[in-house]
Amino acid sequence: MEMGIKDKLSGNEAIAVAMRQIDPDVVAAFPITPSTEVPQYFSQFVANGQVHTEFVAVESEHSAMSACIGAEAAGARTMTATSSQGLALMWEMLYIAASLRLPIVMSVINRALSGPINIHNDHSDSMGARDSGWIQLYCENNQEAYDNLIQAVRIAEHKDVQLPVMVCYDGFITSHAVENIELLEDEKVKAFVGEYKPEYYLLDRDNPISMGPLDMPAYYFEHKRAQAEAMKNAKRVILEVAEEFEKLTGRKYGYFEEYKMEDAEVAIVIMNSTAGTAKFVVNELRKQGIKAGLIKLRVFRPFPFEELGKALSHLKAVAIMDKAESFSTAGGPLFTEVRSAMFDYAKDTKAVSYIYGLGGRDVRTDDIMTVYQDLLEIVRTGEVKSTFNYLGVRE
Amino acid sequence: MGRMIEIRWHGRGGQGAKTASLLLAEAAFDTGKYVQGFPEYGPERMGAPITAYNRISDEPITIHSNIYEPDYVIVVDETLVSAVDVTAGLKKDGAIVINSAKDPEEFRPLLKGFEGKIYTIDARKISVEELGRYFPNVPMLGAIAKITNLMDEDAFIKAMEKSFHHKFATKPHVIDGNMRALKRAMQEVKGL
Repeated sequence: MEMGIKDKLSGNEAIAVAMRQIDPDVVAAFPITPSTEVPQYFSQFVANGQVHTEFVAVESEHSAMSACIGAEAAGARTMTATSSQGLALMWEMLYIAASLRLPIVMSVINRALSGPINIHNDHSDSMGARDSGWIQLYCENNQEAYDNLIQAVRIAEHKDVQLPVMVCYDGFITSHAVENIELLEDEKVKAFVGEYKPEYYLLDRDNPISMGPLDMPAYYFEHKRAQAEAMKNAKRVILEVAEEFEKLTGRKYGYFEEYKMEDAEVAIVIMNSTAGTAKFVVNELRKQGIKAGLIKLRVFRPFPFEELGKALSHLKAVAIMDKAESFSTAGGPLFTEVRSAMFDYAKDTKAVSYIYGLGGRDVRTDDIMTVYQDLLEIVRTGEVKSTFNYLGVRE
Repeated sequence: MGRMIEIRWHGRGGQGAKTASLLLAEAAFDTGKYVQGFPEYGPERMGAPITAYNRISDEPITIHSNIYEPDYVIVVDETLVSAVDVTAGLKKDGAIVINSAKDPEEFRPLLKGFEGKIYTIDARKISVEELGRYFPNVPMLGAIAKITNLMDEDAFIKAMEKSFHHKFATKPHVIDGNMRALKRAMQEVKGL
């Protein structure tokens, strides 16, 4: 393994660089804050002739995803980026992309959904798309956004998967913050993603197929079952691709990162940039001799049910933190799924839900510290006073 | 373990405080540091108060919140001193640097009992004399580099020169003026 190229880039710059290195056949995109810079920077690479990509400037996100579907169905490696309302406007096309088994790769720069209008970060956009059939990878920082985007191409296009992938990272916090990053050389990225050779595609004149026809009750269910099987296969492929990526870069990826979990008694499960803030708090607690740990979920779809459940089994108490409200009155989407896994694998661990950071409400180390204090109180008393909680909101 | 330095910038939309925070991150990166440079996005319009941040450390930085207890505060527009609580959370042993022709101690009564160090730099004068126009960023960067002593001075100057060559690739004639403004600010900052 050789050292990569040390640089300092914002999350959006890092994603645009990865896209330049991947050099997809087609990019179709419509601007929306805070994802706008991705197609903006990328279109400069197109204008400069640094990529061979056909850049399609469309008139809405619905059209962006439609153009991506058309291009990918024709046999082209296709990418896009969006946020918030843009993702919402893609809704019906998201399901079609996944159901047609089109390995489109999309950066989702997480932003709150309207209303009220808010341009800042939370995860309600991608969390709402969790049942659309897309693989979802989440990123703590610019480095992970870059690394995940490169891996996403391989995961999506694998013959046993053939599903679209969303690479989700926090709007502004990650997208617009400049931080250190280690990039790969262009040729290494190109070699890693390889040439796209789809098995079935519309422009294959020798093997004509049709895509998206009417599917009656006689077969629709079987097609959905096959789609679910592809998602199951993705679990294996995600790890295989990660292993290969680690050989190339030394950077290790799995379904989730376990931070100081071996002997931990209390922990939080969290995604994206706040995981970094929480790691700082874990270090502070460890200095005081408190056995605190953290799990940062990278792969939300497919959901690592057994692995995550088992990883929480030795804890006394865990807080599962959602940067999205599901209005179920029973915790956010991450809490619901993690606790379901715990029912089978971590029955003795007490679990509580925290909804935090909606609409860009800043999450301070002090906020995270109160969550750990609450967990320690649960351990001390053996009692859960409040299962469903909000962090940092005025009541 | 090296200490992490946290810096908060106060400016007005259009003055380039965001760009300055990114330039500082770039310069610190070039001298081998771990860096963060990020603005706090609000309703962006010319003249409205804006905030930007830097974290600079010898170790990787994982915190991704805004900065509430900065080591340094930089005020790019002195009218903000009375409009915004610029010393909010500023550490007692921290420092504030204000873009002004006034002497540092003239600001003491306006800074709500702040006991730490106050510096001023006349970025307007330096900028107008060296660049012919008012761009306060570069003199402010020179001042903050001098005050924090975060980076070796020669390494900082070299890093800035490299970044100017990159930034002003299409207008190399402004590089010399910016370099003079930078070096002058490092000499002329008051309160040292």
